[in-house]
Amino acid sequence: MKLLLTLPILIPLATATAMLLAWRRWRVQRALNLIGVSLLFVASLALFAGVWRNGIQAAQLGDWPAPFGITFVADLFSAIMVVLTGLMGLTVAVYSLASVDARREAFGYWPLLHVLLMGVCGAFLTGDIFNLFVWFEVMLVASFALITLGGERAQIEGAVKYVTLNLFSSAIFLAATGLLYGVAGSLNMADLARQLRNMGGPGLATTIALLFLISFGIKAAVFPLFFWLPASYHTPPVAVTAIFSGLLTKVGVYAMIRVFTLIFTQDAGFTHGLILWIAGLTMITGVLGAAAQTEFRSLLSFHIISQIGYALMGLALFTPTALAGAIFFLFHVSVAKAALFLTSGVVYKLRGTYDLKKLGGLYQPAPGLAILFLIPALSLAGIPPLSGFWAKFVLVRAGLESGEYVIVATALGVSLLTLFSMTKIWAEVFWKKRGSSDGVDAPGLDCRPRRISCELLAPTLLLAALSVIIGLLAEPFFDVAARAAEQLLNREEYIRAVLGGGS
Amino acid sequence: MEIVLAFVVGGLYAAAVYLMLRRSLVKLIFGLVLLGHASNLLIFTAGRLARGQPPIVASGETAPPAPYADPVPQALILTAIIISFGVQAFAIVLLKRAYQTAGTDDLDELKSTDT
Repeated sequence: MKLLLTLPILIPLATATAMLLAWRRWRVQRALNLIGVSLLFVASLALFAGVWRNGIQAAQLGDWPAPFGITFVADLFSAIMVVLTGLMGLTVAVYSLASVDARREAFGYWPLLHVLLMGVCGAFLTGDIFNLFVWFEVMLVASFALITLGGERAQIEGAVKYVTLNLFSSAIFLAATGLLYGVAGSLNMADLARQLRNMGGPGLATTIALLFLISFGIKAAVFPLFFWLPASYHTPPVAVTAIFSGLLTKVGVYAMIRVFTLIFTQDAGFTHGLILWIAGLTMITGVLGAAAQTEFRSLLSFHIISQIGYALMGLALFTPTALAGAIFFLFHVSVAKAALFLTSGVVYKLRGTYDLKKLGGLYQPAPGLAILFLIPALSLAGIPPLSGFWAKFVLVRAGLESGEYVIVATALGVSLLTLFSMTKIWAEVFWKKRGSSDGVDAPGLDCRPRRISCELLAPTLLLAALSVIIGLLAEPFFDVAARAAEQLLNREEYIRAVLGGGS
Repeated sequence: MEIVLAFVVGGLYAAAVYLMLRRSLVKLIFGLVLLGHASNLLIFTAGRLARGQPPIVASGETAPPAPYADPVPQALILTAIIISFGVQAFAIVLLKRAYQTAGTDDLDELKSTDT
């Protein structure tokens, strides 16, 4: 089991190392890329199966006993997120084969992608708060390099904001970790949970909790800390945007859910009440920001923000149903969002632009693509029977059960606006006549290849199909989420798995 | 001693944020560096200050005598310094690149990707 816990980190590490050894041998790197992501996906499924059968798993690295050494823990929530990482890695790595240009490949696109996956898996699996900081940095450095790779002016400008705000967030994270160590004298998350519970009274713990909230809030791009996201996410190649949208903000949400269910629950009325406000405002600002956009990927970037609000809503309500909804939602939104970005990349291949004003008339030459876009788009808006419907349904039901009618109304209203936004994209890209009046439309654009390669279509199709499957067979997926939520709320189980024996 | 360090940490944070709010790219990087220092010093202070009390466990004991210099915050700071070294090196190269591609070091001019 110990090996299974570390494999999601070791596989990308080994893959990235092997790729660096095969520098300039692109065919070898591409083959390694496929082997690496496939192994990672299999390992993540194996880890999930192990956790599902045997409960929470913990491994003490270097055999130092629990609160002293570094612990790796996989509960169901972690395992679900690792499976998600494997899935995103698989789809984006295949998609990249046909969409990343030779120059970016020459500057190390493949190794960077795998280092990013390693950082993400590490963040999901670690049971130590300082170690979480380290994995965040591993992930960030890889993402810094990926976002600037290519060095176009827009990329560099976006990266300045991305790098600055993420470093700022890391500094706050570090300070909060230091203060937490000063208060509790431990860094192991399970031990911290126990120490803070025995301390009696919230005291400094609430202040530290808010520092964590700000730090993870910047990484998750919540209101009012999201400005770096729409300024940077649409600048790199679409494969990079897809994996960022599928994983990076989700790591922020994961960290937030982890610390606010395990460690900081002393003053839940205040902290979770605050998160509820943030959740509502994040949904609204995200979707309103999207309404003003006319660039395909900027529009989708604003929707990332709006969707983060729903996941936070689940955390803020803090009931078993709500947390199950949040976990279900995180999985659904990563799949749907990545599918949308990947489709936008296919549209770019066909027409050579992301500008909605210049696009149009794609329904006639590519009706299949139009439907491929429509599935995740409607899923994001929450139309039954797709996955988004169930995710939102559970969250709304949890909201009604807790009597939080304002957030329920907000969530439903924002869903409508999301639907408006998605139909706007669909109408502009596929339905309307190709704008010939604005003159910008160079006829040369039509000479682009009509055939879309299978490396681009297969991952998009897989993600869209998954969205349908989750929607049609929602029950098993929801059962998993419900059990993961149960584990999150039953902290003793986690503490016992890590520290062993009596707590 | 804690009081003095508390003011130093506060001063470093203030200076860092002030520099980051300026419009110059160079001041931005200085701000980031100072921010890292402030956090490191904060961890150092939060881990209790004790001079001349190494955390050495005498034979037959299970814990070192009461006020001892805790090695864990120092280990954390060491890790954080190494990480910030790498990240800041990247940031400096990035900002130089930004200066070269945009031809300006004024952050207000780097707005083409904002919405």
